Amino acid sequence: MAEEEEESELSGKQKVEIAKWFLLNSPPGEIQYVAKDVKSILNNDDLFNEAATEAFPVYNLTHLISLQLPNRTGDVLVTSFGELEGNAFLDPRTAQVAVVDHVKQVCTDVRPAADEELPSPYIEEFRCSLDAEILKYVEEAYPKGVCSVYCGNGKDVEGPGCDFELAVVISAARHSPQNFCNGSWCSTWNIEFKGDNQTVELKGKMQVGAHYFEEGNVQLDAKHECKDATLFQAPEDCAVGISSIIRHHETEYLASIEASYLSLPDSTFKDLRRKLPVTRTLFPWHNTLQFSLTRDISKELGIGK
Amino acid sequence: MEAAMGLMRRIPPKHTDTALSALLSLMPNHSSDLLSQVDQPLQVLCDVDSGKEFILCEYNRDADSYRSPWSNKYHPPLEDGSLPSAELRKLEIEASDIFAIYRDQYYEGGISSVYMWEDDNEGFVACFLIKKDGSKTGQGRRGYLEEGAWDAIHVIEVGPEEEENTNYRLTSTVMLTLTTSNESSGTFSLSGSIRRQMNMKLSVADGHLCNMGRMIEEMESKLRNSLDQVYFGKTREMVCTLRPPAEVAQMRIPES
Repeated sequence: MAEEEEESELSGKQKVEIAKWFLLNSPPGEIQYVAKDVKSILNNDDLFNEAATEAFPVYNLTHLISLQLPNRTGDVLVTSFGELEGNAFLDPRTAQVAVVDHVKQVCTDVRPAADEELPSPYIEEFRCSLDAEILKYVEEAYPKGVCSVYCGNGKDVEGPGCDFELAVVISAARHSPQNFCNGSWCSTWNIEFKGDNQTVELKGKMQVGAHYFEEGNVQLDAKHECKDATLFQAPEDCAVGISSIIRHHETEYLASIEASYLSLPDSTFKDLRRKLPVTRTLFPWHNTLQFSLTRDISKELGIGK
Repeated sequence: MEAAMGLMRRIPPKHTDTALSALLSLMPNHSSDLLSQVDQPLQVLCDVDSGKEFILCEYNRDADSYRSPWSNKYHPPLEDGSLPSAELRKLEIEASDIFAIYRDQYYEGGISSVYMWEDDNEGFVACFLIKKDGSKTGQGRRGYLEEGAWDAIHVIEVGPEEEENTNYRLTSTVMLTLTTSNESSGTFSLSGSIRRQMNMKLSVADGHLCNMGRMIEEMESKLRNSLDQVYFGKTREMVCTLRPPAEVAQMRIPES
């Protein structure tokens, strides 16, 4: 027995992989709790730190967490669109770069962005107008929403006729562990401005998660992707057009989630288990003899299953 | 152990299998505690004698074999696998047949198995299991679900008879996953796991089967109801807190 246990003993590397799996599968806002449990099970700080150093950045980026800037000038989103070298993230609105401690999930430092980290004045006009519109929309639609507009390819384009990309990131999280409930809404919109045919193409990804765990564990995981397009116009007009497209799709998506919830009791959930039997009365446990009788008769007649 | 149970409360229920095997490999010394405290999704085998499927669990396992409730034989065959007494086996057969009818009326399909065994204090223990695949490729009548799994585990400890009454202690777990998916609204997936207990002192005049059956029926309805109303409801509330559906509410709810 002792030998067998030694053989089945995992290598440090395997333990780190398992620890990472748990961390990455943490529900929205719960990675710190999961980390505490994983740490106590591993009972080895080196292995835990290795797993945490690898898993936290991935978790923070996929969950688009927002962190307060240390100088209280706002929040920075942890997203690949704003990621720079050395755990630094750009906040385009304030033109600042925040240094992030992924495992502690805090900003440790902030500096003004360098010129080469920012877009050209031509692109910045589009970005800034869109940011203003999106900010208006997010303040209206998400009580705890944080949003940002980034420049992707073509940030140094100087004038009309060229292609460039912007990205809108919206993240709203609500953590209320005292009510055993956490949740998050993340949406990212890739926006391609096509200089040659004067169109703007949008690709959106929305992801909503919720976890309720008072004496149980129930989780919602919903995702949706969509596409749309509009005309390439002046910065202000583009901003209004794009933000109304985003508003429209996100409103529709919320309505479709509501519809999914509404159809649970009478259609979807019914395919797992009915509320009442097909007979619409409780099962006749006191009178199960009738079933054995029918069975005996059908057996005798040779019509049984 | 406390940390392990903490993790099981947080990891998405559809990953229970993976999470449990991960914990088992990290904590080999706690394997029996883990296996008894963490409910895992039910597996199924086919009885070679009757051709019927039966459900596997800790309660019909001996070494690496599982006893079928239909033929009373172990799969794969086991020389001296433990069997219930003749009297209890009779009750087990009767319970399996009746429970299959109950299951069909509520589930419109699915698989059920009942196992019984003697315990140490002159009573016995019965385990009622139901597994239903409600996806459109499985046994979902209405064809709404891309993925739909319901596993129910009911374990009833039946105490010895005392002046025509018996104590029944029921522990039930339901695990489920339901996923819908379509072009216009993407994928929508709810998964969950809850466990509850119920104790009752009942007259044996109606018979054990009748008493156990009623308790299970009441418990299953309660669990289904609280999943539907409370647990799913709470996740829906959360979505509405993240993004209050102002326009949607006006559009969709015409009442008063």
